[in-house]
Amino acid sequence: MSTYTPGQPVTAVVQRIEIHKLRQGDNLILGFSIGGGIDQDPGQNPFSGDKTDKGIYVTRITPGGPAHEAGLRMGDKIMQVNGWDMTMVTHDQARKTLTKKNEDTVRLLVTRKSLEDAVKNSMGSYPRQ
Amino acid sequence: MDNESQYSGYSYKSSHSRSSRKHRDRRDRHRSKSRDSSSRGDKSVTIQTPGEPLLDAESTRGDDRDDNWGETTTVVTGTSEHSISNEDLTRVTKDLEESTPLECKRFVGPTLGGCLSFFALVTPLAFLILPQVLWRDALEPCGTPCEGLYVSLAFKLLVLLISSWALFLRPPRSTLPRFFVFRCLLMVLVFLFVASYWLFYGVRVLEPRERDYRGIVEYAASLVDALLFIQYLALVLLEVRHLQPAFCLKVVRSTDGASKFYNVGHLSIQRAAVWVLDRYYSDFPVYNPALLNLPKSILSKKMTGFKVYSLDENTTNNSTGQSRAMIAAAARRRDNSHNEFYYEEAEMDRRVRKRKARLVVAVEEAFTHIKRLHEEELASSPKHPREVMDPREAAQAIFAPMARAMQKYLRTTRQQAFHSMESILTHLQFCITHNMTPKAFLERYLSPGPTMQYQQQNGRGRQWTLVSEEPVTSALRQGLIFSLRRLDFSLVVTVTPLPFLRLGEEFIDPKSHKFVMRLQSETSV
Repeated sequence: MSTYTPGQPVTAVVQRIEIHKLRQGDNLILGFSIGGGIDQDPGQNPFSGDKTDKGIYVTRITPGGPAHEAGLRMGDKIMQVNGWDMTMVTHDQARKTLTKKNEDTVRLLVTRKSLEDAVKNSMGSYPRQ
Repeated sequence: MDNESQYSGYSYKSSHSRSSRKHRDRRDRHRSKSRDSSSRGDKSVTIQTPGEPLLDAESTRGDDRDDNWGETTTVVTGTSEHSISNEDLTRVTKDLEESTPLECKRFVGPTLGGCLSFFALVTPLAFLILPQVLWRDALEPCGTPCEGLYVSLAFKLLVLLISSWALFLRPPRSTLPRFFVFRCLLMVLVFLFVASYWLFYGVRVLEPRERDYRGIVEYAASLVDALLFIQYLALVLLEVRHLQPAFCLKVVRSTDGASKFYNVGHLSIQRAAVWVLDRYYSDFPVYNPALLNLPKSILSKKMTGFKVYSLDENTTNNSTGQSRAMIAAAARRRDNSHNEFYYEEAEMDRRVRKRKARLVVAVEEAFTHIKRLHEEELASSPKHPREVMDPREAAQAIFAPMARAMQKYLRTTRQQAFHSMESILTHLQFCITHNMTPKAFLERYLSPGPTMQYQQQNGRGRQWTLVSEEPVTSALRQGLIFSLRRLDFSLVVTVTPLPFLRLGEEFIDPKSHKFVMRLQSETSV
């Protein structure tokens, strides 16, 4: 996870994950739980490298659920959902963005530490703009 | 000290503790050799009254006193000393030192001040009376204004008199090595004042036989006003100026490190020394020379490692190098004296606690043997012919069962020099009279009290020496160090100024105290 400097654009290595929602009765579920948000306490986040990071993180994945099959892993930080930014949203806004009833699939951009490491190892230097 | 000739077979000694045997052996060397020294048997105790007073508790003393009163039984005839030991000699010389005749130097200052103030108080009256006596007929009569002045003069003199009595008429508590600068200044001021008034009076009033009596009365009134102002000055300089704290004094006793911090105001070194000594007598635990050193058994081990003798006649460089190596090796050898110290301390603590437990139980039991007799019971007493005792007898009656436990405890805590049997009996009598519990009785023995508790009231006073690199009339300032020395220990005083305090202000609106919960929600989507 890249550290965030206020005023500078956030750069991160992300993975595109597309999750197809599963219908269970009246609900469309994705099969994971989120934590974090700008109105939450960032110190309690076990997955973030920087304990001031108020982003949305994946805290639990239902095994066998849609998210798991799509490749989402626990500890991922969600950067965008369907083009909507998730780095500076409240917890409730994130939940609403993910659970829009009129959308069947969500396209997430997630980042995790192993992605950055992989890129670094393979390319030798991290490409910055 | 017991008279040996009375040992008719009733004397026994117990040799339970090693220390009591040590005491006894040392004493035996000084006493005559006919003492029976090895019989052990039943211990019975009778009360005997020793004849030695409690000494100045601050001077060192050997353990040569007979504190075997809890264990040995003797029949008392009188007190006699068969031999005089070295400790006795030092004790006698200390007695002599303490009983020096009353120094007249102590009273010179106050007497001088008293004469001066008497002179100053009498002067206005003299100013008024002399014209009346000498040339009454030539004086102009002066009616009401003079009488008004008389009244005001009388009241001012009364106020002067009362305040002088309240402030200055106190027995002096200390003699200072140098002049007390402020007091001297004030006395000189008063003297000059009164002398110049007399001079003026003599030249302008007595010589030409001044006839304006009202002027004279006003002149006397102005003198009394001036005296009142001088007294105000004296009050401020002597009593008030040093009340606001400005320095922090750290007082450390050189022998055992007992230390205290005090806040004082602006004083000269000698006045600060008197101030510190006042506090010393009631704050510091009493100086006990028996508690000072590590036992020799622990220290001696360290010493033996360094004895390196070279018996060769031709000492070459080689051998000195070798001896140095040996010394270094000896130093590096593992030194276990700290280990021994630790275990010795633990053992000592255990022993003290054991003795203390025995003492407390013995005293509690002893106190249950008597009870206070109330008036109604006295009236209905014919059917119980119990013996009615006064406090002294009651104390003696219950002292016997606790005497041995008390003595053993005092020996273990090395306090036996401070408490003679007589003093314990007196204290017991005091406690019984005031309905104290056993715990209150024991308070005096379980912890070492301040030096004041062990003082005798004699008018001779205590001799202290002020040792200082600065002149003792100079004022206190930062970094000053002086010490107060007594015969066997000294108090080292260090002066630091109190910090300057910058006090800021922050206003908190009572409505501004608001709180939120720390959120850590997890939502499943």
